[in-house]
Amino acid sequence: MKEEIIIAGFGGQGVLSMGKILAYSGLMQGQEVSWMPSYGPEQRGGTANVTVILSDERISSPVLNSYDTAIILNQPSLEKFESQVKPGGTLIFDGNGFHKFPTRKDINVYRIDATEYSYANNTSKTMNMIILGGLLKVRPIVQIVNVLKGLKKSLPDRHHHLLGVNEKALHIGMDLIKKME
Amino acid sequence: MSESKKHNTEEVRLMKGNEAIAHAAIRCGCDGYFGYPITPQSEIMETMMELEPWNTTGMVVLQAESETSSINMVYGAAGCGKKSMTSSSSPGVSLMQEGISYIAAGELPCLIVNVMRGGPGLGTIQPSQADYFQAVKGGGHGDYKLITLAPASVQEMADHTVLAFELAFKYRTPAMILADGIIGQMMEKVVLPPFQPRMTEAEIAEKCPWATLGKPAWRKPNIITTLSLDAHEMEETNIRLQAKYREIENNEVLYEEFLCDDAEYLVIGFGTCARVSQKAVEMCRAEGIKVGLLRPITLFPFPTVAISKHADKVKSMLTVEMSAGQMVEDVRLAVNGRVPVEFYGRMGGVVPSPDEVYEVLKSKLVNK
Repeated sequence: MKEEIIIAGFGGQGVLSMGKILAYSGLMQGQEVSWMPSYGPEQRGGTANVTVILSDERISSPVLNSYDTAIILNQPSLEKFESQVKPGGTLIFDGNGFHKFPTRKDINVYRIDATEYSYANNTSKTMNMIILGGLLKVRPIVQIVNVLKGLKKSLPDRHHHLLGVNEKALHIGMDLIKKME
Repeated sequence: MSESKKHNTEEVRLMKGNEAIAHAAIRCGCDGYFGYPITPQSEIMETMMELEPWNTTGMVVLQAESETSSINMVYGAAGCGKKSMTSSSSPGVSLMQEGISYIAAGELPCLIVNVMRGGPGLGTIQPSQADYFQAVKGGGHGDYKLITLAPASVQEMADHTVLAFELAFKYRTPAMILADGIIGQMMEKVVLPPFQPRMTEAEIAEKCPWATLGKPAWRKPNIITTLSLDAHEMEETNIRLQAKYREIENNEVLYEEFLCDDAEYLVIGFGTCARVSQKAVEMCRAEGIKVGLLRPITLFPFPTVAISKHADKVKSMLTVEMSAGQMVEDVRLAVNGRVPVEFYGRMGGVVPSPDEVYEVLKSKLVNK
C-alpha cells in the first residue's frame, strides 16, 4: 500500500497538523511515512500545504508532482492542485468560500462542508479532524484506532483530555462527506 | 544501513531533520552549541532550547549575536578539546567562512551544519544545494578542506551528527553537514543514537593532548595559532594538512548505490536530489530502462573511484542538483571524458520533481 496525499489551504486551517496526525497514524501502524510542509512565507498567512506519504516500502521522493488524494481547503489550492490528482484519484474539498468548483470527471470528487458545520456548532478547533474523518470514510488508509494512538503521541499530555472531542469530530466528518456527481 | 534492524530494538520517532540533529548532538555528548537563527534551520537551536540539555548533560546552548560570533565561539571551545558545533543556512554560513578557515588551519575538530537555502545573496528560504562549491572547495581562504557529509533522510541527519564529530576528532579537522531545506524541514521516522556522556576534563586531556586546558608543570604550553611569519614553516603546516586530506580521501569515502549492477545509464545526486532521482529511476525501471543511481554520502572525500568505475560500464551519466551545476564538475573529473556527463538543475529554491528528472533522463540519456 502506498498513498500520496496533498493537503492544501489557508494558514491557520490546521493543514500542517492534519498532515502530522496522518503521518503519526501511519507510524502507529508500522508504515514508512514522510511529511513535507511548504515552510515558506505561506505559514505566515496565505496558502499552506503539506505532502504526506504513507507506504509499506521505503519512500523515495518526499516531493511529488502528482497525488492519489488531494484535500483542498481554499480556492487558490483547488486551482493549483486539481490538475495534479492522478486519474482515478480522490479530491476532497471544503466548499466554504468557493466560487469555482472541481471540473474533472476522471477523478472521485467529494465535498465536505466542515467549515460551515464548525461555525454552526462552535467546533472550529476540530475542523481539520472533521475533514480527516471524511477522508477516512472514503479512503480508509489508516484505522481510527491508529489515528487516536497517533494523536495521543503527537499531542502534549496537557491536551490528552481532548482526545474524545477529536474522536467525535472524526465521526462527524464521516457523516458529513458526500460524493459529487 | 540496517535501519529496519535498529527499528526493532529502539523507539521509532517522527521528527524533522533539524530536530533530529539537535537530539543527536545532545545524545552524542556535545559540549556546546553556538548559533544564530535563520530559516530553514532554526528548529535546531529551538529544539535544544526546549530540551534544556544544560540541566541534564551540562551542554551549553547559546544564541550568539551573529554568525561571525558563533563560529568564533566554536573556535574557542574546540581549542579546549570540547565537542562544539554551530548551525546556519547559506547566508549565515558565508559569514562564518573566515572562522572556518581558521579552525581548519588550527587543526581543531568541530561540526558546522549548513541547511542550504536558495541564493545568491539573501536569496530565498526554499531548499537549495548551491553551496556545494563553498563546502567542498574551501569557502574561506587558503588550501583547506572540510569533511562534508550530505544526509538524504531524517535518519541520516541524526546519524551524520554522530559521525561528523567522530571524524572531526579522528582527523582534528572541522566537519560539515551539508543538508538542504527539505531534509531539515521534513518529518520522517528516526531512531536516535544512544546516549554517551560528555568527555570529562581527564578524558579530553588524554584524547586531545593538543587542547589548551591549562599547562601542567611537566609539559610545554599548547599553543593554537594560525599565524606564521615564516613562509617555510607555513608550508610545513600546509604539507601536513594536505597529507591529512589524502588520508581522509583514502579512508572515509561513503556512497550508496541503487540498482547500479546492470545499469546502462547512471544518475548521480546527493541529498534531496538523490531522493527525487530515485523515484525517476523507479519510473524508468518500470519501463525496462536500465538506470541506476549513485548517491554520494561524503562530498569531501568525493566517491571519485566509484564513479570512475561506472564510467567503464555505463553509456552516459546525468547529475541532478539544486544548483546551476556544481557537483557535476567533480563527476566530470572522475569520468575524465570517457562517457558523456549531462546535467539537470533547478535554482533559487525550486525543487525538481520526479517527473522532470524522468523526462530529462529519457531525453538526455536514453533517447539521445
